[in-house]
Amino acid sequence: MNAKNRYYPINSLPESAFQDGSILFSFDTFNTRYAWDCGVAIGEYLAGLREGKIIGSTCPKCHRTMVPPRLFCEWCYQPVHHFLPLLDTGTILTFSLCYVSWDVQRITEPEIPAVIAIDGASKNHGILHKIGEIEPEKVHIGMRVRALWKAPEDRTGDITDILYFKPE
Amino acid sequence: MGLRKVAVVGAGMTQFVRRAQETPKELAFKATRAALDSCELSIQDIDAICLGTAPDTFDGIHMNGEYLSDGVGALGKPYIRSYVGGGTGVFVPIQGWYHVASGLFDLVLVVAEEKMSSYYPHPQGAFLTIFDHTTERPLKPNLLWIFALEMNRYMATYGISKEDIAQVSVLHKRNAADHPAALLGDKKITVQDVLNSEVLAWPVQRLDVSPVSDGAVAIVLAAEHVARRITDKPIWIEGVGWSLDTAYWTNRDLAYPRYVEVAAKMAYEMAGIKEPRKEIHIAEPYDPFDYKALHHLEGLQLADRGKAIELYLNGSAKRDGNLPICPSGGLLGVGNPIAAAGLMKIAELFWQLRGEADGRQIPGSPQKGIAQAWGDLMQVGTVVIMGK
Ligand SMILES: [Zn+2]
Repeated sequence: MNAKNRYYPINSLPESAFQDGSILFSFDTFNTRYAWDCGVAIGEYLAGLREGKIIGSTCPKCHRTMVPPRLFCEWCYQPVHHFLPLLDTGTILTFSLCYVSWDVQRITEPEIPAVIAIDGASKNHGILHKIGEIEPEKVHIGMRVRALWKAPEDRTGDITDILYFKPE
Repeated sequence: MGLRKVAVVGAGMTQFVRRAQETPKELAFKATRAALDSCELSIQDIDAICLGTAPDTFDGIHMNGEYLSDGVGALGKPYIRSYVGGGTGVFVPIQGWYHVASGLFDLVLVVAEEKMSSYYPHPQGAFLTIFDHTTERPLKPNLLWIFALEMNRYMATYGISKEDIAQVSVLHKRNAADHPAALLGDKKITVQDVLNSEVLAWPVQRLDVSPVSDGAVAIVLAAEHVARRITDKPIWIEGVGWSLDTAYWTNRDLAYPRYVEVAAKMAYEMAGIKEPRKEIHIAEPYDPFDYKALHHLEGLQLADRGKAIELYLNGSAKRDGNLPICPSGGLLGVGNPIAAAGLMKIAELFWQLRGEADGRQIPGSPQKGIAQAWGDLMQVGTVVIMGK
């Protein structure tokens, strides 16, 4: 064993090297575009959102009600055909107060993402959404919340048809 | 099972840095060369090569495994690249293991490389596409959300405080001060430093998180009859396991990593380990965030649910404790070049079990160690058990 060969030094660059031109580098950006089919089950989900409803699906074997809905139950590996409207209320399973935007900019008023267990779905079956109309320090796990919907004419069949969840 | 015994016979790594001047190929070459030199082999001796590296998005190179192939010495050899997100660094040695255990190859090189800094100015953007494009991405999520949500659920379920969890970051970063390749080693860091660091996505603060890094690690695997010709201190891969949970992460129990439990039980059974808390002498759980080390120790059955923090509070986790945890310094201290970080843990077990960990050496001749990583859509557990 030649111990000196175990760790190989490399050249560590400071961020300033990209600004002051002390190294050579190339820069590029990509413009990638996609049109995603929402699929059968999420198609039901989005159509429901446009109507102001949160849609789930129920497995014929284990009888759990899933949200977001799917066309199969990954627990039982059975086909699922039964879609049903759930309530638009729920319980906060967990949340964060986030001071960083999606592109790593600092923000002063925190965003409040949460996993919300939806009433009518099986235990601990939640969806990702945001919490609003509350002081950030008052949000807590176990809190009851209700969806705040966009006006019917403004809904497009999108998860953002729910603006956020607010205290019930 | 008709599987052959497989040993690790050599290991090498580059330094981990925030931004390397070297290209991914150059990084991979340096780690590979260091691993071959460590056991005095040449690339001609190697039968096949397994590479682990992250999504092509980081590098902006489609078919990144093929791009890297020359750097890892794959010319004219059987070669395969695997990627299971953050779990890759502990999956790629499993892949190398079954190349050898199956009898197909006698000497296999396992390399993990990551250059995160090319994604400019910050690689977080590369992770946005892990969220569901229809049901989640319109909410403009960022990667921190998922960890913050899981950490909060974990803390709330078991009543664990931020102050206690900060002990994990402190121990790992202090340990890393003894690692010559580490990016963020700090002998003097305190719990107060962690609690005073910038709040990114409460409960996650700056010093709860491992640093974005560039680096590469390589190991050499050998079949038993070859291993004994190469070294008188082979370190055996005694058990491996891997498992996936559902991608519907908002329907999961976020307080407990069942995917790690399944992977660990597979590995313990293969290794013939019945009482992991007695039989495992070193643990390198995956620690991209401080709470994740605790989460994973529980999944690995090395602590009861919600109780892993006690290993840190009672001193067991220190290098001279009953169950040293991340003696390397972990991802929190050595750095987190995704795939390379997991393989760094395997290299650490190799050096620790051979008694070659220098300033990081655990006293008392440890016999068995476990390394684990986690990734994909926060759902994969990969586990390797190694022994003398
Ligand atoms: Zn079912």
